[in-house]
Amino acid sequence: MNIFVLMKSTFDTEEKIIISDGRIEDDGVDLIINPYDEYAIEEAIKQRDEHGGEVTVVSVGTDSAVKQLRTALAMGADQAFLINTEEDLDEGDQYTTARILEAFFEEREVDLILAGNVAIDEASGQVGPRLADKLGFTCVTTITSLEIKEEKAIIERDVEGDTEILETMLPLLVTCQQGLNEPRYPSLPGIMKAKKKPLEEIELDDLELEEADVEPKSKTIEVFSPPKRSTGQVLQGELSDQVKQLVSLLKQESKVL
Amino acid sequence: MSETKEKVFKGGAFLIEDLGPEDVITPEDFTEEHIMIAKTTEDFVEGEVLPKVDLLENHQFNHSVDLLKKAGELGLLGVDVPEEYGGLGLDKISSSLITEKFSRAGGFSVTHGAHVGIGSLPIVFFGNEEQKQKYLPNLATGEKIAAYALTEPGSGSDALGAKTNAILNDEGTHYVLNGEKQWITNAGFADLFIVYAQINGDEFTAFIVERDFPGVSTGPEEKKMGIKSSSTRTLILEDAEVPVENVLGEIGRGHIIAFNILNVGRYKLAIGGVGGAKRGIELASAYANQRKQFKTAIARFSLIQEKLATMAVNTYANESAVYRTVGLFEQRMSNLADEELKDGRAVAGAIAEYQIECSLNKVFGTELIDFVADEAVQIHGGYGFMQEYEVERMYRDARIQRIFEGTNEINRLLIPGSLMKKALKGELPLLQKAQTLQEELMMFMPEEVGTDTLEKETYLLANAKKIALLAAGLAAQKHGTKLEQEQEILVNLADIVAEIYHIESALLRTKKAINRSGLDKSNQKLLYTEVYVQEAFNRIEAHAKETLIACETGDTLRIMLSAMKKLTRHNPTNVIEKKRQIAKLVLQEEKYIV
Repeated sequence: MNIFVLMKSTFDTEEKIIISDGRIEDDGVDLIINPYDEYAIEEAIKQRDEHGGEVTVVSVGTDSAVKQLRTALAMGADQAFLINTEEDLDEGDQYTTARILEAFFEEREVDLILAGNVAIDEASGQVGPRLADKLGFTCVTTITSLEIKEEKAIIERDVEGDTEILETMLPLLVTCQQGLNEPRYPSLPGIMKAKKKPLEEIELDDLELEEADVEPKSKTIEVFSPPKRSTGQVLQGELSDQVKQLVSLLKQESKVL
Repeated sequence: MSETKEKVFKGGAFLIEDLGPEDVITPEDFTEEHIMIAKTTEDFVEGEVLPKVDLLENHQFNHSVDLLKKAGELGLLGVDVPEEYGGLGLDKISSSLITEKFSRAGGFSVTHGAHVGIGSLPIVFFGNEEQKQKYLPNLATGEKIAAYALTEPGSGSDALGAKTNAILNDEGTHYVLNGEKQWITNAGFADLFIVYAQINGDEFTAFIVERDFPGVSTGPEEKKMGIKSSSTRTLILEDAEVPVENVLGEIGRGHIIAFNILNVGRYKLAIGGVGGAKRGIELASAYANQRKQFKTAIARFSLIQEKLATMAVNTYANESAVYRTVGLFEQRMSNLADEELKDGRAVAGAIAEYQIECSLNKVFGTELIDFVADEAVQIHGGYGFMQEYEVERMYRDARIQRIFEGTNEINRLLIPGSLMKKALKGELPLLQKAQTLQEELMMFMPEEVGTDTLEKETYLLANAKKIALLAAGLAAQKHGTKLEQEQEILVNLADIVAEIYHIESALLRTKKAINRSGLDKSNQKLLYTEVYVQEAFNRIEAHAKETLIACETGDTLRIMLSAMKKLTRHNPTNVIEKKRQIAKLVLQEEKYIV
């Protein structure tokens, strides 16, 4: 089976977000594999071990994603591609990424693509579904279980806390939700083997794309931190008075009524 | 491992040689694989070990066994075991990083360390082919767990005075062992023990003793002050029958094994100290930011900042020094042929060359974690005294570090002792250097030192080395062979030597970083170095003065003191101001940061 994983490197969850000049500072921050993409990598490795084939991890990004791709190889993926947009693109959105990936997959034999449910940074959850649409693949989001029998896939997905069970056919794109599996730690033998596995870097040119082909469909107007939460207020007095106070505060101070 | 021959330095030679930044290995030299190995270890400790800490602290050691197996599956137990015996055979930096990252697991890191270090390495280094084939693959995976049994109720620091006895049976098939080994880490569940006993009462010899051999049992769990997550019991040998093929190394040469294994235990404790110190800084800085008194986060008080900065400065010096030592092993081993590397003795020899460095790292590394844990508790105030807070356990766990693997007192005494031996054997030209120095000092004029980056620190290091030779030379001259009995002076000399190694390690690391990444990106390193060198130099001066005063009187003393004065003349650094700058970044990142 030809299994592909879409991977994004994101800020470590413990990093502080610092905004300066309308953009998020990324100098010297620790990067990790987007945690939802880790479920995708783990699942891809499991499916390969069960059905045979190869796992290829793909990332659209910059040099800094090499480390995370190497980690994916250390976990057990067979090869990796970095589509490096550092020199070609100043900005991009979900459309950009999906369009680049479409070009990447154009000439490839694909049975299964796994992506994270969302990336923890921008959390749009769009790249997977957009790509499936472009490739004409069935798309199932937020999966928590995947069983493949020949061309058939039996999937459980998380629907706002409920579970939906469905059956579909390959080729298929799924996005992975927490609960799907427990991602492994890269083992030391895995780390040493990863050094020798292929990690290829390509650019837009190699995909016969121009900058104009992938121009973002959205514009970022402003980047700002969420307002600081002010200290809470405990209302005093009789219950009916408290209700009155609450209503007036909601009207006058927070202006939500 | 690498093909290129690297420069090799003699153990203790730092005292008389001038080294350049490229001569030392620093954390900035770690490869991508090293960093990934460290990350896997960190994730394993955080994800698997820490959730079990309460159970481990309550002596539920079935979890220790499970965790070691899981660690084995990831390869975390096989790094020092050669590939042909089921291990990974990686370099010493890899195993050091694992040790550093395990330190956060408190008592469990002692379980891990005893297994992979003092438990497994005697067989890696000194086992014969059959012993290696039989035992190492299972030790590398964690299917079998190892322990090390040297200490006895009556012999601690005096390890060779062990009373456990071994007598060959009439058939000549087994040694029959009788005795008790005390405070044996992992004894509750270990499958095999490296045991030292006297054959016929006087031939000190190591044995591989399996738990299931007849006559082998263990006592009850000890009730300890700290590292409660590790199992500690007495190993009882009552007519224990050990097959003759389980003699490890040569009969009557057990001390060689014990001596080599101690070196390993020592530098690894120092690395654990660095790992623990980093955790202490994380906890203390996060707490200081969050805790408010007088309507102000206590992090804003400069006295708290001073504490955090001192913790970070000393961590930097120790980190630089221990990884430099590990680098020394690697430099030496890269010059060994593959055949030699397969023979564990050569690897042990490469480590033993640096016994002085191992000892001084042990002393400073364990005193670092002791100091940091103590200050971390202090910054937590009353909360630090409560068991809900990690620093409380850290404080108790730290206390043993200064005691085991040779007390810090014994290790300090070993430093000048070993230097003297090397000098007398002609391995280090210390005596010649001391003599020429005496002549040089008569004419010595303090130099005007420029203000270039680290110029003053470089000058102070050179003078510190002169001070060391001055003090040691005088002590040797005065007391001759009786110097051994002047323990206070020996300890002063040990501290001077250790400070020099730490000063130089920090200084060269920072210079190397500046050369590679520029001054801008090395600012924190520069601050650490400036502060460390100033404070360490002050300590050196005090130790040296005390030594001179104890050795000489009258005019000779006055001449000596005036020589000292010339050597110590410099424009001192304003450490208060620099520490405030250091603390700023530590508090912002809430961790030790370089």
